[in-house]
Parts: sequence; structure tokens; C-alpha cells
Amino acid sequence: MKAIYNSQSLRITDHYEVSLRNKLFLATLFALSLGFIANFTASAQGPTPTDDEVNRIAKQLYCPVCESTPLDVCPTEACRQWRDLIRTMLSDGKSEAEIKQYFVEQYGARVLAEPPNRLVAYLVPAVAILLGALLLFRGFRMWMKPSITEAGAVKPDAKPSQDPYVARLEEELKKRK
Amino acid sequence: MIANFGFGVLFITFLVTVYSVFAAIYGDRKQIPAMVESARRAMLLTWPLLTLTAGVLIYLLVNNHYEVQFVYEVTSRSMPTYLKVTAWWGGQAGSLLFWSWLMSAFASLVTLRKWDRDREFLPWVIVVACVTMAFFIGMNVFFENPFAQLYQTTAGIEPHTFHPANSILFTPQDGRGLNPLLRHPGMIIHPPMLYLGFVSFVIPYAFAFAALITGRTDDRWIRLTRRWALWAWLFLSFGLVLGSRWAYDVLGWGGFWGWDPVEIAAFMPWLTGTAFLHSVMIQEKRGMLKHWNMLLVILTYDLVIFGTFLTRSGVLSSVHAFAQSAIGPLFFGFIGLTLITSVALIIYRWNSLKSETVMTSMLSREALFLLNNLLFMSILVVCFWGVIFPLISELFTGQKVTVGPPFYERATAPLFAALMLLMGIAPLSAWGHSTVKTLGRAIWKPTIGAVAITALLFVTYTHHIGALIGFFLIALVILVTIYEYLRGAYARQKGQGENIFTALWTLTGRNRRRYGGYIIHLSMMLMAIGIIGIESFQVETQGRIGVGESLKLSNYTVTYRELASWDDQPKGVNYTRAVVDIYRNGIYLGQLHPRRDYYYDSQQAMTIPGERATLRDDLYVLLIDWEPASTTGATFKIFVNPLINWLWLGSFIFLAGIIIAAWPEKEMERVAVPVRRTIQQTSAAD
Repeated sequence: MKAIYNSQSLRITDHYEVSLRNKLFLATLFALSLGFIANFTASAQGPTPTDDEVNRIAKQLYCPVCESTPLDVCPTEACRQWRDLIRTMLSDGKSEAEIKQYFVEQYGARVLAEPPNRLVAYLVPAVAILLGALLLFRGFRMWMKPSITEAGAVKPDAKPSQDPYVARLEEELKKRK
Repeated sequence: MIANFGFGVLFITFLVTVYSVFAAIYGDRKQIPAMVESARRAMLLTWPLLTLTAGVLIYLLVNNHYEVQFVYEVTSRSMPTYLKVTAWWGGQAGSLLFWSWLMSAFASLVTLRKWDRDREFLPWVIVVACVTMAFFIGMNVFFENPFAQLYQTTAGIEPHTFHPANSILFTPQDGRGLNPLLRHPGMIIHPPMLYLGFVSFVIPYAFAFAALITGRTDDRWIRLTRRWALWAWLFLSFGLVLGSRWAYDVLGWGGFWGWDPVEIAAFMPWLTGTAFLHSVMIQEKRGMLKHWNMLLVILTYDLVIFGTFLTRSGVLSSVHAFAQSAIGPLFFGFIGLTLITSVALIIYRWNSLKSETVMTSMLSREALFLLNNLLFMSILVVCFWGVIFPLISELFTGQKVTVGPPFYERATAPLFAALMLLMGIAPLSAWGHSTVKTLGRAIWKPTIGAVAITALLFVTYTHHIGALIGFFLIALVILVTIYEYLRGAYARQKGQGENIFTALWTLTGRNRRRYGGYIIHLSMMLMAIGIIGIESFQVETQGRIGVGESLKLSNYTVTYRELASWDDQPKGVNYTRAVVDIYRNGIYLGQLHPRRDYYYDSQQAMTIPGERATLRDDLYVLLIDWEPASTTGATFKIFVNPLINWLWLGSFIFLAGIIIAAWPEKEMERVAVPVRRTIQQTSAAD
């Protein structure tokens, strides 16, 4: 430990780091979750769930303290404790949904990989995209109208005597010169 | 003292950029060429000045000046010198300076070109470049000073730019050291590449802005900037690929892209930039979509600013973080201001940007390019919405939410698929006019080929529907591209009497943008193979095993052999390294060494996977945990990532494609000499 001075007075510039304040917060959470673990182990029964079974649920949850890190890969000590908590709950016979629900109640909806209100999350971009498509389609119609009235004025792209593909290719190559 | 000197130079640079802006505007309005010239020279001065500033910062970093807050935060005595230098962009203050330094280099490069034909653009290019620089340097000067020093005051230790009264300079014994994640070679090159991409996109914007304000809205600005845009795109793409590779090698979660807001921030300008590179061709060939191209360049510029801000501040984590950050509102103010000004200018010049021709067919190449733009913009909408949704949710409902990979994957997958389908059709359609009949005649052969390949994959490889759709599209695009390439070469072979290899070479040489583009399309498809592979078929397992015991996954067996832990004193790192034997279908393949590096200075650990890479799959072994007292048991996490290496293979071909497309014309003329001779010969023969 090299606590030279109170590092809290410094701003942390690196977004990968967890500040001291967060660490304190983590420590508190620890203590809390340890309490829960003790609670659950007391009533634990059945075989110990495998790491894979734990990770299958942890994968769907997000670490409540670190930014955008799924719980199954988060390396912090706190997340390890949370994974142990999942294991204990599993051996206690809790279902996947129950465990997720428990985490949501404890730490808020942010532990879920997706917003609980999926309708709004998906609807807005979908509407925006449809509007864009509609606009584009109307643009097409608008652009094509004059070409219908002036159909005769549209110049043919290729000389009729040649294979149109060869003519087009050569013409494009010439343009590039 | 030295730090104060650095800050002084930085402040002077800020004044120089501000002067340059006003001199350029004044010189242009009053028609005083000497004023504009003065502005240009002031802008040329910024690069030497910023280089000096950076030199001072590097001096401080290398020589352990821990009284400087920035140096204290990103370096430590145990770091090697090259890492101390690259720590320059390891923190917010330094990376903002790095940004400005790159920007000034690009701005200087632009002014070195001949301006005879484009005199009227010059002052406004200077204005845009210098306003942008002034903004970033101003951030450094007023909010994120890399030269702020630590002072012991009555209230504690605080960073200050100037010596406060009743305080003494405080010099810590050692620095905190760079985050170990950032000490990886990938992370050393990745930020410069991304920033190069970012700043070089400012140049097309500067020309677009100049064209709008001077009213010279013909295609000149596009011709002047399209190569800049291509190089910018090259750097940005390369930066993204490097970032993914870094994530794959260092973050230890078996993936390469986590749809993190920071990643998306760099991806968004890439989306608009890619859309721009396509739609610019419509303007060149058909004189259409001028408003749209302007808008795309403006959007790209503002997304670049947004991206720089996001990657460095992390303020999107919550509304409060945003409000508390001094630079957050300023960044948004700047983005808003440039966006509104530019869009107002487009509206002002609306009539002079009218299309010269009309759309004649919905299947023409320009129409398909428009669809391509729609899809890129749709992906942008999804990304942008996903990034800001947590903020909106917190603001309106008070509920913090996470928008993670499931959202992005579900929302963008159909869009990417549509994009691939378009990539398969568009190269076959003609400018101006195409019909279902002409397209159908060209596409039926590649389609049959793609169906056959998909059927083969269904029988031999997978029954995963999503993956099969993906593979069908990939096969279609690859076959169409090769078909189109060969068709061109064959036509030339018949018409010009060249052999097929000369014909291929000539085609690429004479229209490098198109055929370079096709190579990029092909490389994208190789990358898509990798992405579909890891998304659809990744499997993982985790377990605790004793020495001599094994974990099985897919066809692989991983057997734990031994574990060693030792300190590297000079580096200040503790290594814990496991040795595992790997077998595939019972056949011994070799050993892997997953390890955990613990850095004492920053008190952070890094998980380095053991990887075995083949084109079939990657075996990726992580050391998760071990018994410190004895070496009897250790926990490993194992991933099998099928096809992932096609992603990295594709990225090399991708780079080659962009370089072919973006290489300066002069070089090409040298290569093209024999080509011209053959043309003369044939014209003589005619």
C-alpha cells in the first residue's frame, strides 16, 4: 500500500479505474452480501451448482458498480461475492427468474442487460427508421416524377451498337482518367 | 517551473488560434489578403507551439515530476521510458492535448497544398480548423490543465495551475502508474489511430463549411476532400480494429466488442463516414444529393467531437456525473453550436445545392446507394439511442437502466443483414438506369452459387438459422464481387486483347476507388464470417481443477499441469502463470500459458488469456482463480470461439483495400504507363 496522501482530493481521469469512494462503497456492499450469503448457506441444500450454471445467470446481469461490465466477467472482489451469492441462491433452489428479481430489487433495474421497459427502448429507433424510410421513398417518388414526363429527354447510357456493359465499363474507366 | 513554462506555451497557443480565427474572418470580410495570410501563418505556428508543449509534458512524464498532477496519475517509477511517453494519452488532460497536437498537424498539412484555384476557401478552412483547436486547447487551459501541480494547503493537497498563497509544492514519492490495461501494445497504438481518424475528418468538414459560406457549392469541395475522407476512414477503421483486438487480448471476457458506450462513440462517426464515402459518389457521378452530403460531413464532425468527449470522460454513466463534469456542458454547447450554424448554412444555400439530374430508376445504382445511406443512418440511430437512453431514462423516470449487447444485437442484426444484401446487389446495377430484368440477368448465377454453398454448410457445418442466413449473404456478396471483377476483366480481355491478369491489374489501376472498394467489400465479408462465428457458435465453460485434471469443451480437452508465481521487482509486477496441455479429439496440440499480472503501483490485475488460433476456431483459456497456499487447484474459464480469426484476417485485407483506394494519384500514373500504351495501341488499331 502506498497511501502517500488522500487520493480522494484528486480527480480520477481514467474511466477504467474505480475510485476510492467506489471502493468504500464496494466494501459496504460486500459486508451486506456476505450477510446474505451467511443467510442462504444456513438453509443450503442440494448439490453445489457448477461455475457454468452460475455464469449462465451472471452473464445476464450487469455489475451494479462497474460501468457496462457483465457480472460473469467482472474481476472485482465484489462481483466474485455476487457470483457466490448466485451460487448459494441456486443451491437453495431459487429459479433464474427469482435470482434476477432479487438483484433488481436490491440494486435497481440497471443490473439487467436491457431496460425493463423494452417497448420504449425499441419503439423510438424503429419509428425513426421508418420515418427515414418513408422520407426516402417520398424522395424517390418526387425525383422520378419529372423523369416520367420528360422520358424522352433521358439520355441512353450506352451506345446502341456496342454491348452496353462493355460500353459502360469503358466509359467509366475513361472518366477516371 | 518547467510545468509553468509548458502552461505558458499552451496559453500562447490558445491565443494564437483565437487570433487566427478573427484574422481570417476579418481578412475575408474586408478583402485584405495580407490578413488572411497572417491567419494562415498563425495557424502554421500552432504545430511547433503544441509540439513544444507536448515536449515539456513528455519531459515531465519521463523525468518523474510527480508534483505535476497528470504525471502523478499516469506514471510511476517502475514504468519503462516508452510507456512514460505514451502515458501522454493515458489520461484525459494529456489526451486532449494529444488531440489538439494531431489536429494542428493536419491543419498545417492542409495549408501546405497549392491554394491557387481555391483561394476563397482558405480563410474558412482556417476558421473551422482554428475554432476546433481553440476549443480543445481552451479545454486544456481552463479545465483540464495537464501542467497543474500539487500544493499542500491548509485544506489538504490540491492541484493548482498557479501557486496559491500559504501553500508549498507537494511532491509525492512515486506516481500511481498507468492502468495496466493501457500498457498493452494495442492500447498504445489504438488511441493515436482513432484520434488520427477523428481529426482527419475535421478537414472534409472544414471544406464543406467553406463551400457553404462562400457559396461555391459545386463539387469542388468534394473533389478536394474525398481523399482526406478516405484516409480519415482508414485511420478510424484501423483504430476500431485495434481496439477490438486489444479488448480480445486484454479484457479477458472472450469477446472483441461489448457494445460499450465508449466503443459506440468511436463507431458512430465511422457509420456516417462510411455513408458519406458512398453517397459522395452519387454527387460526383450524377450531381445529386448535395444537401445530404453536406449534412453527413457535418454529422461526422459533430460525432467526432462527441466521440472524443465520450471516450475520455465517462460522463454518460449518469446524469449527475454529466452535470458535475465541468467540460460536459461545454462539449455539448460546442456540438450544438457547430451543428446549428452548419445546418442553418445548408438551409441558406438550399437552392444552390439543388440536384443537377433526376433519379430515373429505383434500381439504379444511385437509388441503391441511397438505401445504403438509409441503413447506415438506421444503425446510427440505434447506436445513438442506446447510448443516450440510460440518461433519458434517469432524467424522466429516475430509474437507472443498462442498455447492453442484447439490445444492440437484436436491433442492428437485421440492418446489417440488409446492408449485406445491398452489398450483393448494388455493384451489379448501373448508374442512371437499371431494371429488374437487367439486375436479374446479372445476379442469378451468383445467387445459385450462394444457395449451393449455404446448402453445403447446412449439411456439413451448422443448422443455426441466423448463421445460415448470414453465410448465404456473405457467399452472395463474395460471389457477386468476384463475378463483377472477372466480368470487367473478361470484357477488357476481349475488347483490348489483354491477358486476364493484365486485365485485372489494369482494371484495379484505372479505377482504384471502385476496385479498392470491392476489396473492402470482400474483406468486410471475411470479417462478417468471424463475427457470425463468435456470435452464433461461441461456447464456454468454467471449472476448478486440480493438477492433472481436465476440463472438456467442444472437441477440446484442457489439462492443468502446473502453476508458478513470481515477482518482477524492477517492473513492479507479480506474474502468476499456469501451464495447461491442450488436446483436440485426444490429439496433443501443445501448451498454453494463461496468466494473471498484478501491478503493485496501480494495484490492478490484468488477465492474459492463453490462445491457440486457427482459422477453424480459437481456444481461449483464462486463469480465473487459484489456491495461493498450494498449487493443487485452479479455476479456468475456457472459450471456444469458432471462426473468429477470419475477423483479423479480414481486417488486414481491409487495410490493403483502403490503401489501394486512397493512394495518391501521382503514384498511380507511374504504374499506369503500360496501360496507356495499350490504349494507344488499340486506338491506333481502330
